Amino acid sequence: MDILMPTVLIGVLSLIFGVMLAWFSQKFAVEVNPLVQKAEEVLPGANCGACGFPGCSNLAEKIVAGEAPPDACPAGGPKVWAELSALVGKEVDSHREAQKAVLLCQGAREVAGEVAVYQGLKDCKAAHLLGNSFKSCRYGCLGFGNCVRVCPFEAMIMDEEKGLPIIIEDKCTGCGKCVEECPRSIITLLPAREQVVEACVSLASPRETRQSCKKGCIKCSICVKSCPEGAITLEGGRIKIDRDKCNLCGVCIEKCPTKCLIWVGNELVLEEKELEAKVGG
Amino acid sequence: MRLNTFPGGIHSPTFKEFTATKPIKEFPFPSRVVLPLLQHTGAPLSPLVKKGDRVKRGQKIADVEAFISAPLHSPLAGKVAGIEDYFHPLLGRFPALTIENDGSGEEERKDPLCDIENKDPAFLREWIREGGMVGLGGAAFPTHVKVSPPPGKKIDTFILNGAECEPYLTCDYRVMIERSSAILIGLRVLVKACGAERVFIGIEENKIEAIEKFDKLVKDLPFPARVVPLLTKYPQGSEKQLIVAILGREVPPGGLPLDVGVVVNNVQTAWAVGRMAEEGLPLIERVITLSGECLKSPENLQVPLGTVLSDLVDFCGGWVETPKKVIMGGPMMGVAQTSLQVPVVKGTSGFVFLSNLYEKKEYPCIRCRRCIDACPMRLFPTMLGKFSEYQAFDEARDQRVLDCMECGACSYVCPSNISLTHLIRLAKAEVMRRSRKGGNQ
Repeated sequence: MDILMPTVLIGVLSLIFGVMLAWFSQKFAVEVNPLVQKAEEVLPGANCGACGFPGCSNLAEKIVAGEAPPDACPAGGPKVWAELSALVGKEVDSHREAQKAVLLCQGAREVAGEVAVYQGLKDCKAAHLLGNSFKSCRYGCLGFGNCVRVCPFEAMIMDEEKGLPIIIEDKCTGCGKCVEECPRSIITLLPAREQVVEACVSLASPRETRQSCKKGCIKCSICVKSCPEGAITLEGGRIKIDRDKCNLCGVCIEKCPTKCLIWVGNELVLEEKELEAKVGG
Repeated sequence: MRLNTFPGGIHSPTFKEFTATKPIKEFPFPSRVVLPLLQHTGAPLSPLVKKGDRVKRGQKIADVEAFISAPLHSPLAGKVAGIEDYFHPLLGRFPALTIENDGSGEEERKDPLCDIENKDPAFLREWIREGGMVGLGGAAFPTHVKVSPPPGKKIDTFILNGAECEPYLTCDYRVMIERSSAILIGLRVLVKACGAERVFIGIEENKIEAIEKFDKLVKDLPFPARVVPLLTKYPQGSEKQLIVAILGREVPPGGLPLDVGVVVNNVQTAWAVGRMAEEGLPLIERVITLSGECLKSPENLQVPLGTVLSDLVDFCGGWVETPKKVIMGGPMMGVAQTSLQVPVVKGTSGFVFLSNLYEKKEYPCIRCRRCIDACPMRLFPTMLGKFSEYQAFDEARDQRVLDCMECGACSYVCPSNISLTHLIRLAKAEVMRRSRKGGNQ
């Protein structure tokens, strides 16, 4: 009989609370714009902050309220932009392409050596603070993987053996977090399609580059002269490729004496790289 | 006797016995010197000469319009061999003038400065700037800026900094003993330029000889001056700590010694100024210490600016054993070097060659608060380190991370071997970058 009293008491209490909860949930219901909910579902949901707003739900509100354009999410890509523009009934620039991060350095351990023992923090920004670079190239990748750590989409892996990060192009959304993080500005965003890329940002003299890196740009201008379309120029000590003129003939890649021009977005190369990363990691 | 000092700090071994008793030797003119176009804190210089030009010793070869800058003079008579990127001890690489010695020894000297006490302070400041004077303690802040009080501020005290708290370094000590008359002339110029009424000379009590010498000499000065013996403690030679130790005044956060009416200058700066007043030679030479267990004969050397380190090592007889680590400056605040081709710049107080990398495994913080006790700026290094590690840069800013002067005392005492100073440096750089960018980001 001892069990009867508590059972009845708890039963009655829970009945009262249940009724109250049901009533409160109707009385104090927060009205959510269904459009905002839909917009939030469309957005990637990584809360990466690349749009400049605090998180995806805030961006969804802003897009529905008309305070942000439907293509404000750089990580979303054309598909998300199209869906959002259909949702809020606003046009977006249909020519805008999705972007991908590209690493502009091939200075792996065996390519650009280390001239000193580094004993500081294992952090690119901290290593970059020291005036003297422990890597032979003072423009190249330091290899502590800040970019890998900040990537909200797990699109980067560190190749520990080479000391260079690898960007998995399928996963990269072009949010630009890694571009912002890199203290040496060797990651850039490019339209996500097959491209020829100048994989060296060094501004050092040709002699210094020769001494410090096997795959560094030595400003020989052979690519500039050999390009049949005239798409390559040497501006301010760096190779610049005009992507509207480039027809991907690949002559420059063949001619480059230090192999600092590379393909990106090429399916075959990509698969090979990922395989390598999996084996290496 | 109770000695003046500041709260915090560390008592590290001084290692000064390597060179403390060695008289200053004059380094012979090298066959070439390399002069980076940025040797001071401030704006980079533009060259006034071009490739192929002949220059005299003491001739001005680079200058810039900016107020916070100091011109550069040629330490050699010779030919300009080129202007290109070269190793820089602090910046990695920087455009530099190379001058090849032609052996002619032609000189361009200024007129000696006499009747110092009746000169106009503004004239003296311009005269100091034209001599390319910068603080020779290590930070290389232009001296003429230091002795120019902003309008409305009065300088009442001048402190001559002879503390030299960095382990290994003895160049200031030797200069105090061997070049004391020039120091006093320089002191008179600097005091007149900033308008101070009294002078304190702060010297750590392990430099007895220098204290005794200056005790006698200061009586002849035309203004009240006193030698203050200080406790041997690192970082006693830091400007703000020295002011606390001698005057008990605290420089407000983010402020300068000028804010409390004080100007602090290094003894070697005073020597360089005095030398220009006497001999008419601008800042083209300085005294540095080459020390460490790897050198065959550690020395105090008076070297022309721009002398390449490998030449200096040869002069000292080479290695006993190949060093694992080469540091420009003292081991606490110095900068590790990656090449022996680096030139001596105005801020070089010496080179230390260590035979050990001192690699230590890092452990988690055990909250022993030794770093807090050691911090001379009374910050919380352990907290700042954590903020930096977790990218909480706004909190780091609110906890006054920018007041840190990177003396390294916290890293030195940490029983868990945490690189606190490096973490704090990272946080400082990030806080400054964000404040430059603007907004509350």
